[in-house]
Amino acid sequence: MNTVTDARLKRSGSLERNPRLSQWLRLERDGMVSVFSGKVEIGQGILTALAQIVAEELGISPARVRMIGADTSLSPDEGVTSGSLSIQDSGSALRRACAHARALLLTRAAERLGVSVDDLQVEDGAVRAAGRSTSFWECTDEALFDCDVREEVSPKSPRDYRIVGIAGRRSDLPDKIAGLPRFIQDMALPRMLHGRVVRPPNGFLELASLDDTKAKSIAGVVAIVRNGAFVGVLAEREDAAIAAQRALRSAASWKEAAALPRDIHAWLKERAIDHRIISEKNDADAKSREAQTLAASYSKPYISHASIGPSCALAQYQGDELIVWSHSQGIFNLRRDLSLALGMPEEAIIVRHAEGAGCYGHNGADDVALDAALLTRAAGSRPVRVQWMRDDEFCWSPCGPAMALELRASLDAGGNVVSWQHDLWSNGHSSRPGRSDSPALLAAWHMAEPHERPSAINMPLPAGAADRNAIPLYDFPNQRVVNHYVREMPVRTSALRSLGAYANVFAIESFMDELAQAAGVDPIAFRLRHLRDPRARAVLEAAAGRANWNGWTAREGSGHGVGFAKYKNLGAYCAVVAEVEVDREVRAKRLFIAVDVGLVINPDGVRNQIEGGAIQSASWTLKEQLKLGERGVAVLGWEDYPILTFSEVPAVEIELIDHPELPSAGAGEGAQGPTAAAIANAVENALGVRVRDLPLTPERIVAAIERQ
Amino acid sequence: MAERFQLTLNGAESAIEADPDTSLLYALRNDLQLKGTRFGCGSGRCGACFVLIDGHPAPACDTPLWSVAGKRITTVEGLGSPGALHPLQEAFLAEQAAQCGYCTSGVLISAAALLLENPSPTESEVRAALDRNLCRCGSHNRMVRAVLRAAAKTST
Repeated sequence: MNTVTDARLKRSGSLERNPRLSQWLRLERDGMVSVFSGKVEIGQGILTALAQIVAEELGISPARVRMIGADTSLSPDEGVTSGSLSIQDSGSALRRACAHARALLLTRAAERLGVSVDDLQVEDGAVRAAGRSTSFWECTDEALFDCDVREEVSPKSPRDYRIVGIAGRRSDLPDKIAGLPRFIQDMALPRMLHGRVVRPPNGFLELASLDDTKAKSIAGVVAIVRNGAFVGVLAEREDAAIAAQRALRSAASWKEAAALPRDIHAWLKERAIDHRIISEKNDADAKSREAQTLAASYSKPYISHASIGPSCALAQYQGDELIVWSHSQGIFNLRRDLSLALGMPEEAIIVRHAEGAGCYGHNGADDVALDAALLTRAAGSRPVRVQWMRDDEFCWSPCGPAMALELRASLDAGGNVVSWQHDLWSNGHSSRPGRSDSPALLAAWHMAEPHERPSAINMPLPAGAADRNAIPLYDFPNQRVVNHYVREMPVRTSALRSLGAYANVFAIESFMDELAQAAGVDPIAFRLRHLRDPRARAVLEAAAGRANWNGWTAREGSGHGVGFAKYKNLGAYCAVVAEVEVDREVRAKRLFIAVDVGLVINPDGVRNQIEGGAIQSASWTLKEQLKLGERGVAVLGWEDYPILTFSEVPAVEIELIDHPELPSAGAGEGAQGPTAAAIANAVENALGVRVRDLPLTPERIVAAIERQ
Repeated sequence: MAERFQLTLNGAESAIEADPDTSLLYALRNDLQLKGTRFGCGSGRCGACFVLIDGHPAPACDTPLWSVAGKRITTVEGLGSPGALHPLQEAFLAEQAAQCGYCTSGVLISAAALLLENPSPTESEVRAALDRNLCRCGSHNRMVRAVLRAAAKTST
């Protein structure tokens, strides 16, 4: 019947794939509620926000909520913790699950107490009526939640929220601030061996020769593992494993990989194989009014995730079963690709999530899990811990793709945009596990029987990937946006926070300023002129107000600029006003940010994510590019990859525009694009010179001045 | 060859038997089970493994055991304990001054060294004192506020 299909279509968030109530919740004998989410903590505070939603809907204290770490043997499969979707996917599923659970518990309680549900007084899971009492925990048995979540049960009205919307404190921070062992990097299992993998700091094809004499002589080295070009070492002590890794590396020779293109942006434009028009609007009338045409090219380099803590994993065979501990963003997808790489059935592998250092996209977490799994084959039943070294992380984890962009637009005599064209060239922005027939795990491509390396792909619009945010939110009568996809991948690329949105918004918003200047109109007024969406207008106006945009007084070497986007054209609205000072280099002094994520679950969490995203973006924009050698990434340490320091980060002011009546959107990636554009526009405002190639280093600025 | 080293670790006399060239980082983490000091880069450029050596912040990753024999070492575990946090740790909690928290231990160590030397630092002094610590999540401003909060509390 049609109604069945309709009901299924309406499933909230991750209930689509995980409809059973028992998949999400369990009431425990100790008065706690165990919550099973497939989303994972990656430094963004998601488990705290999800616990607030659970506590709110169940009507219990947040202290009673125990978030169970994701585990393929326990948790609902919620895909990947990415795309700023966790509140949407997991939050909405948990909200519905908890509303249903509360209704079931109240019905049971009413039966027990012999009254109607309306007569119950309920507080923190304690239920009273007619002088008698019971509790949620007394009313539970195993069968109660063994049913599909009934979405007909209405969740609370946001008007009645007491826990959602307050600045709940992060549940993981007390441990992390006290220095307690909390990270996967801190895990130690009985009889654990330490492993390291031997990879050269540049791209290579295969191992030509390896002399392991010196490594073998190091005290405590247990095994040297070789499987094709995959080479690793196991040792009793971590320092011995590192010493052996170094010895093996200096005694190994590899056949060199093909030379990298010299000018990556020109190369991308030559090598595109798929040219997809992703948006087209035609209005001949408007086109006939074209009075002035501008064109500009922009670019973005390869950018590293550059987490402070290198990737780490543990693995252990328990009988025929392989247990893997990982800080992967997608434990089920990782399990699938481990099974492909190891030739083991998925059912024989359990992947348990453990918290890692900050994660900003597809980093080395999945790769190091396969490294550990391969090394553990030489460890018998002993567990193996592998942590990458700093150069492994910079040279071998996937990076955010380089992009080239060309924009062209025409104004009419009144200074209105009548036509707009945006072309972008890029590799794919996702080569995550779980999406190809071949495992997307580094070591799998180097084994004696190598698997093919899958190409990075783009997820489809409207979220998109390389073309994320390439379609402008402005109302232009003529518009053409083209995504030129490059499959050939000289440097391994995958998802980095905000994907293509960072470069697309940088280009669109830089170009909007160029057009505003040509039209002789204030940049914010120019944007508002082309923007109907009231939430978009509201964040622009709020950021301008915070920054006292109209009260700005021009000073030598100082500038201000604005940037705006609605993330993915689906999510958070964010406008940023940047103030910079430029002497020898650009200093971002202050960022004024207005953001609208709909219903705010945890305002402090949103502020933390937005500010963090903006500062990270300021770092990308001012400093970061992955240095390439002739044949691969040539970054050995932080000396080759500077990021913004404490003295260099801008002050940040944030205005949250709360819309409790609107669905929540994620906050983790909303600020990246707008911040980049705001800084670039502020630099132009300060110097009268437009820098269109990121990052905005002193050399780039000098080059732009010389070009003028 | 393994040798025996005496050091004052978090206020207590401590002995460790290891190769003299073992880095202090792995001795702390793997021999003494003090996991709060973290590996970040192995070359003293990120601050994740900072400890106080005779009151001065130094990267444990780059410090061989032989060089700290007889010295006073303070790790993040020696600043405070979960039941009796250091004023800096209390301030970090109050300001929710972290995102992933991986750099936190090292930042706390640098901040503790600063406050020992300069109990009422200005904001720019705090920033300068933390410049050897890298943070990737963008929690810098919160951490600076937390250090100033702790300074205000302890100096009154």
